[in-house]
Amino acid sequence: MEKANITKSDVEKIAHLARIELDEAEKEKFTRNFENILAFVNELQNVDTSGVEEISQIAGLKNVWREDEAGKSLSNEEALKNAPASEKGYFKVKEIL
Amino acid sequence: MKLNELTIKEASYKLQNGEITSVELTKACLDQIEKLDQKVEAFLEVYSEEAIESAKESDKRREMGVSNGPLDGIPYALKDVFATPNHVTSAASKILENYQAPYEATTVQRLRKAGAIILGRTNTDEFTMGSSTETSHFQTTKNPWDLSRVPGGSSGGSAAAVAARMALFSIGTDTGGSIRQPAALCGIVGIKPTYGRVSRFGEFPMASSLDQTGPFAQTVEDTSLVLQTIAGHDDYDSTSIATPVPDYTKSINKNITDLRVGIPKEFFGEGVSSKTEELVHAAIEQLREKGAHIVEVSLPNIKYALAVYYVLAPAEVSSNLARYDGIHYGYSATTDKSQDPKNLYEDYSQSRKFGFGDEVKRRVMLGTYVLSAGYYDAYYKKAQKVRSLLKQDFDNAFKEVDCLVTPTSPTPAFKIGEKSENPLEMYKSDILTISINLVGIPGMSIPCGFENNLPVGMQILGNQLGEEILFKVGSLYQAVTEWHLAKPDIIQD
Repeated sequence: MEKANITKSDVEKIAHLARIELDEAEKEKFTRNFENILAFVNELQNVDTSGVEEISQIAGLKNVWREDEAGKSLSNEEALKNAPASEKGYFKVKEIL
Repeated sequence: MKLNELTIKEASYKLQNGEITSVELTKACLDQIEKLDQKVEAFLEVYSEEAIESAKESDKRREMGVSNGPLDGIPYALKDVFATPNHVTSAASKILENYQAPYEATTVQRLRKAGAIILGRTNTDEFTMGSSTETSHFQTTKNPWDLSRVPGGSSGGSAAAVAARMALFSIGTDTGGSIRQPAALCGIVGIKPTYGRVSRFGEFPMASSLDQTGPFAQTVEDTSLVLQTIAGHDDYDSTSIATPVPDYTKSINKNITDLRVGIPKEFFGEGVSSKTEELVHAAIEQLREKGAHIVEVSLPNIKYALAVYYVLAPAEVSSNLARYDGIHYGYSATTDKSQDPKNLYEDYSQSRKFGFGDEVKRRVMLGTYVLSAGYYDAYYKKAQKVRSLLKQDFDNAFKEVDCLVTPTSPTPAFKIGEKSENPLEMYKSDILTISINLVGIPGMSIPCGFENNLPVGMQILGNQLGEEILFKVGSLYQAVTEWHLAKPDIIQD
């Protein structure tokens, strides 16, 4: 089994992309976990897939269309019902920059 | 006979001829929950009053000569991942601890219209990621056959509820074995239908190309009655299959003469306990005695299934769980008085830090990695190609046979804590079920014996939309065996 080369800085980069803050202990733990799991999935590199198409829809369905008509949807009130913070009918967020 | 121990078929018959009422039946289930659930911890919440009210309405309908079908008045338990109006649906996650969906899942709606009585929501691994219910934020469900062991997962709460006779049936979801494995470990029947057979609308998604809803019950026939009710096309799920749902009752207790049963050799041997193998082989022998032709088949690429799954499922997870951002709904660091995010970025990253548990973080990050620039071709695209090879293997096998029979789980229930610190070992407990989701075919687990007083399940697999074959083989097997009649000691006294 090929050893996967994952460093703590890789984990930091992934955590940033996934928007999950990690403490130091978590970074160490996930680095070890990913080394093991990726070493395991790396066996896929040994499979000959030349000329094989990737599967996208397992049930064999193609484009599924419907009429372009407005149906019922959530009201503004319902959509905001679970929002941690809202104002004047909008979701409220922290400053972006 | 206690009412909560009846099968759906028996209870439905007694309701119809007026021997019992739905209120009596529902109370018997609620009493059983009251009596045992402190030990088993199958339920996250029980809706006692509402259940009794619904049961009264069902009884009223019957008095007036109206019935909504075989599930009218039958109490069931629902995995905590289906949008249910006026109730919390949490996916056993802190991030959705107080979330009330403003819409109703199609499965919940179809069961409600059929008159089934919802008893409450059951425990699961967080966002269905796990094989033991141990990743639930709230509690670990115990196996009714041995309280020191796991019930399997992720639908462990639903499986334990039926095994402990707290509900006549229950609903679970299966992305890599999450119905079949707990059914096996709890000694009951569970079916994962063909991908697209049951609508996924309102089922909180884990991996959208793999997820499928299905029932647990004591008997194969009971699962057929539930699937009949929840299956079928839904405008709200464009991946649901339009093919009409056949009448499954026609597949129950029919003969299987000349049916071709395939035994895929890769599902036996290394890693599978010898007693489990012995019991499954004995079951196959019984099918042969009933006239089935037994054929050995080979699925050469099956050894890659687990690796394919642990690329594709995390990739879909990372995308699906992006919606939990601390802004639209759920736990938010901004409104948590003990946190102080400075800006939007910190609100996202802290809401997800404190809202998600370890296994969810692990899979979201793993998925983010395999989809990231530079790794997409090597991991995601490669895995989708090997998935095609797996599909070809199964397509070839189904040219030779009508169904496949294998063990469901490599071992009976393991101890609580035994695998929770080692993710890869935990992932391997799904090694016999996981490929079935990758190729979208239906699979069922049925009790076929005991190993050290713990239930063992055999898995029956059909081709796409081959549910009728599963019901045929499964119901015939239960007609000639009694494994499904055994009950855990905990409910005897």
